[in-house]
Amino acid sequence: MKLEITVNGRAVSADVPPNTLLSAFIRDHLRLTGTHRGCDTSQCGACTVIANGRSMKSCSVVVGQMQGAAITTIEGLAGKDGELHPMQAAFKECHGLQCGFCTPGMIMSSVDLLTHHPHATKAEICELLEGNICRCTGYENIVKAVQTAQKKMSA
Amino acid sequence: MSTLYAFDYERPTTQADAVRLIQAGGRPLAGGQTLIASMKLHLASPSQLVDLGAIPELVGIRKQGDELVIGAMTCHRDVAESTVVREAIPALAALADLIGDKQIRSMGTIGGSVANNDPAADYPAALLALGATIHTASRKIAADDFFQGLFSTALEEGEIITAIHFPIPQRAAYVKFPQPASLFALIGVFVAQFRKSVRVAVTGGGSGVFRHTAMEAALSRDFSPAAIANVATDVESLSSDLHGSNAYRAHLVSVIAQRAVAGAQG
Amino acid sequence: MGANEFVNKPHIGESVRRVEDARFITGQGNYVDDIVEAGQKYAAFVRSTYPHARLTGVDTSAAEEMPGVIRIFTGKDIAGKCGGLPAGWMIVQVDGAPMKEPQRPFLAIDKVRYVGEPVAMVVADTKEQAQNAIESVMVDYDPLDPVIDVHKAANGPALHAEAPDNRCYKWGIGDKAGVDAAFTKAAHITKIDLINNRMIPNAMEPRAANATFSRATGESTLYTTSQNPHLVRLLMCANILQIPETKLRVVAPDVGGGFGSKINVYPEDVGVVWASRALNCPVKWTAERSESFLSDTHGRDHHTHAEMAMDKDGHFLALRVHSDVNLGAYLATFGPAVPTYMYATLLAGQYKTPQLYAEVDAWFTNTAPVDAYRGAGRPEASYVVERIVTRCGWELGLSQDEIRRRNFITEYPYQTPVAMQYDTGDWPKCLDEANKLAEVDSFDQRRKASEAKGLRRGIGYSSYVEACGMGPSRIVGQLGARAGLYESGEVRVNPTGSVTVFTGTHSHGQGHETAFAQLVAARLGVAIENVEVVHGDTNRIPFGMGTYGSRSLAVGGGAIMKALDKIEEKAKKIAAHLLEASDADIEFENGQLTVKGTDKKISFGEVALAAYVPHNYPLEKLEPGLDETAFFDPPNFTFPGGTYICEVEIDPATGVVTIDRFTCVDDFGVIVNPMLVDGQVHGGVMQGIGQALLEEGVYDQETGQLLTGSFMDYTMPRAINLPNFRIGTVCTPCTSNPIGSKGAGEAGAIGAPPAVINAVLDALKPLGVNDIDMPATPFHVWTAIHNAKA
Repeated sequence: MKLEITVNGRAVSADVPPNTLLSAFIRDHLRLTGTHRGCDTSQCGACTVIANGRSMKSCSVVVGQMQGAAITTIEGLAGKDGELHPMQAAFKECHGLQCGFCTPGMIMSSVDLLTHHPHATKAEICELLEGNICRCTGYENIVKAVQTAQKKMSA
Repeated sequence: MSTLYAFDYERPTTQADAVRLIQAGGRPLAGGQTLIASMKLHLASPSQLVDLGAIPELVGIRKQGDELVIGAMTCHRDVAESTVVREAIPALAALADLIGDKQIRSMGTIGGSVANNDPAADYPAALLALGATIHTASRKIAADDFFQGLFSTALEEGEIITAIHFPIPQRAAYVKFPQPASLFALIGVFVAQFRKSVRVAVTGGGSGVFRHTAMEAALSRDFSPAAIANVATDVESLSSDLHGSNAYRAHLVSVIAQRAVAGAQG
Repeated sequence: MGANEFVNKPHIGESVRRVEDARFITGQGNYVDDIVEAGQKYAAFVRSTYPHARLTGVDTSAAEEMPGVIRIFTGKDIAGKCGGLPAGWMIVQVDGAPMKEPQRPFLAIDKVRYVGEPVAMVVADTKEQAQNAIESVMVDYDPLDPVIDVHKAANGPALHAEAPDNRCYKWGIGDKAGVDAAFTKAAHITKIDLINNRMIPNAMEPRAANATFSRATGESTLYTTSQNPHLVRLLMCANILQIPETKLRVVAPDVGGGFGSKINVYPEDVGVVWASRALNCPVKWTAERSESFLSDTHGRDHHTHAEMAMDKDGHFLALRVHSDVNLGAYLATFGPAVPTYMYATLLAGQYKTPQLYAEVDAWFTNTAPVDAYRGAGRPEASYVVERIVTRCGWELGLSQDEIRRRNFITEYPYQTPVAMQYDTGDWPKCLDEANKLAEVDSFDQRRKASEAKGLRRGIGYSSYVEACGMGPSRIVGQLGARAGLYESGEVRVNPTGSVTVFTGTHSHGQGHETAFAQLVAARLGVAIENVEVVHGDTNRIPFGMGTYGSRSLAVGGGAIMKALDKIEEKAKKIAAHLLEASDADIEFENGQLTVKGTDKKISFGEVALAAYVPHNYPLEKLEPGLDETAFFDPPNFTFPGGTYICEVEIDPATGVVTIDRFTCVDDFGVIVNPMLVDGQVHGGVMQGIGQALLEEGVYDQETGQLLTGSFMDYTMPRAINLPNFRIGTVCTPCTSNPIGSKGAGEAGAIGAPPAVINAVLDALKPLGVNDIDMPATPFHVWTAIHNAKA
């Protein structure tokens, strides 16, 4: 099928089989390998991207559902000059990552979180991150990173 | 698996086209948050998917007389964030915000959830407790007649849900005790008080959402947690698994229902 | 250089932000599944659906006709042509006989022994084609009764001909007669029965392997998700494929977490190498999470009975322990060592227990192989010790604090009755600090406040000690290790003064690229950003043992420190020549080499340049270049220890346990980067909390199927489980490595579970609940309360 989609601000036109998952399209077709696959039951959130302004799990949609959509992956978050998004900067500053595998999904999920809940409390941040699993950090510094970005983004 | 069996894909833009395709044997795809997961596990292998995601008439939220109407393809986040829903039935907005996680709520739809009728899903409890009406392309079905146990509904082959119509209660609340791994309901109880009746629906029991008539009777007399503190739940009708025995589930129904009543009282 | 001098160097003790983050936060990490070779082919594995069955036939004919299928390999294709997957450790039994060591082919040949065991390997043009084709491979099974429960293993059908009673070994340590004698004199004996629940490691990156082959050179390259690429190469070349090491390069690039599960050489690693060599093309396999659940090594799974003999004042006289441990269907790489030398040698804990005897029966069962999981043996030990110590206190009417204090070791070094000699520590101080941080003084008020809300509150202590940085090799060799446990480090100073470090350890989240750069910056005075750390590629790094057992800084850092000693020594000689002074008069500080008592100096960068452009250089007595390699074999284990205090609130109506606060005071010796150490503690403690409250790998006792085979049923800790951390440290420098570091990677997972369960029991005691097994899920807690009422 013919797919018209915008990825990280760039219009993409591709001929792909309908049974292509969005995660596979991003990783295998576009070779944007920052979007990761960590499970097959739509739970770990490593594949999280932002589609039309909301985070979603790219492993759980087929490409047709994203016809015409605007997608942002981890590769599209920093500025064109390489300036980090405040969430990326906060993850580094707060040591919000260790092995880095859940990190792209965690960052994309956190960006959505603050976009839609700019005043989220610590408890709300924890609840809104329930769709992302991290095995390394114990979440302490991830939550700190989101809170740090929250201050920067509201300033 | 991370690969799906091959299928044909259609993306109609009108309800009429969608119905035609589905009646010809296509499998409707709503948000896909259950169907695609099953296809990944090779548990489902439709030969054609009919994506309902591009049909404007299936999306939207409106107040219509004394009903709240939600289009079948409205996603959970739209319901949770809707000021119309929050004003009319705040418990329903709160329920939508408890489904899965926020990424799943971006894609998952009310119509998909209702049509799937997972025994641990949240929406069926709301529909049943609120006495909602399920509108399909061809008819209207009362929630009491719609849910027929484990993944089973009154929908016929080729029939799709178009909208859900909710009567607006005086007060209502949903309390969910999540199964800790899946975030589905281990037990969820929706309590709704109308002018002339109280309805209580329980999800997560194992064999599908059900009304708790004994609690309804008690709450009709006295809408307070104390009124149902000693109302029993049939243990044998509930299921047992790793996350809870039927005795634990029955106990939770009581505890969670009391909390829901307290929540509805505000 | 020793710890006392080193600790005052610049950058040591500084929370330097991580060098490696730049690529991870922008999606530029390079994990195995990200690698696609030209002409890439894909493998998928047919896995046993039975826990125990004879293989009577594998019919691949239909699958071979499927689109894109290139070749299907079965056990018949490999039988007699390669070795099995080896165990890295030999355990000698109580009667002196060697453990039973069955064969483990990478594809099942005549029998399957756990659900998920690889039976056949399909190679196809695409991943989709490979995954579709495995469903058409017809396997005929002749099912046998499975052995799932370790208590029934002895009388169950034999998994392996080599072990007719399914026992791999009966092993013991300590003085049995001495313990028996001490028990006869006891004023009080406390007994406990415990289950240390089976864990499924679930590193977030699923395992993956991609092998390339050049028929022209006969060389293979294996990209794999490994914690120890050299060990993979060694075992694969020496034991399995029987090819020279020069013909196999193993690369573990960015690896997304390990926790012990990526130590092993796995069947799939061998499979893709085998297939790529047979088909002369690159072959890749990436695990689905459902495959990870079935086929990654699992952890823990101990069933233990312990008894403590005390005098009338609660002083410990002797500890007697028996554990039945589940090894799974086959011996994994460290499988036999984990429940013996990494477990029972830690049963003395922080206490003066004069007599100790531990015996372990290790069983084969029809479950996934069990190996190291964060802590590996020490969490099982600390759980036994810290649960029974708390119970001893309660039975004698002593507080958790008091029973510990009465028995603490206070003099170091201390020789335990189970082989270990603790070098340093200050455990009473850790306990004091933890009491303060946890605000134990005001616990009673908080308890009353909870009770007023209808909730129960409890407090739990765990004063753990563990052992990291295994060594020396001479001793571990006597104990059965089939490899050495030294580490290597090469420090290559480049001509303009930047530095490349090559380490045999492997970072899969720990932050080596930053911490090791700090070592170099501290010693040589170069900027941290001018230090590059290379790991994970057998063609680039010297032979080393990888990362597990919290060994990287203590042992790997030790090797780098030794290499830096050599660099410094040579740099001083070069400087002496250039400054026309004697070698002994050169001082090296902050990147400057100075003639003692003068202002004559030269920068380290100039020395480096002189070493590579030796126009003015003492060539007659010194080689050009500035590049040194060292191997460090530690003289002893390191002994991190500390006290954790967990405070929980429990809703008795639902059984929900909420951790109100979690206090950690650890002694990790010298800390190079506190930010990294805190991160390790957070992650380790959360895994401990996961074990105590959420996680359990469960097999159906009858069918042998894994019931917790996905994140839908296996509860991973999420952000909502985040406790309020209160973290402190105490420092007694370790004496067995040049840094003074003890290791911090596993402490959290070792110390946390007993603290949590002791807290849960403290909260539930008034309701008549005296025991509960992990995980204390809402269902289990409610059941315990419900049963106590009945």
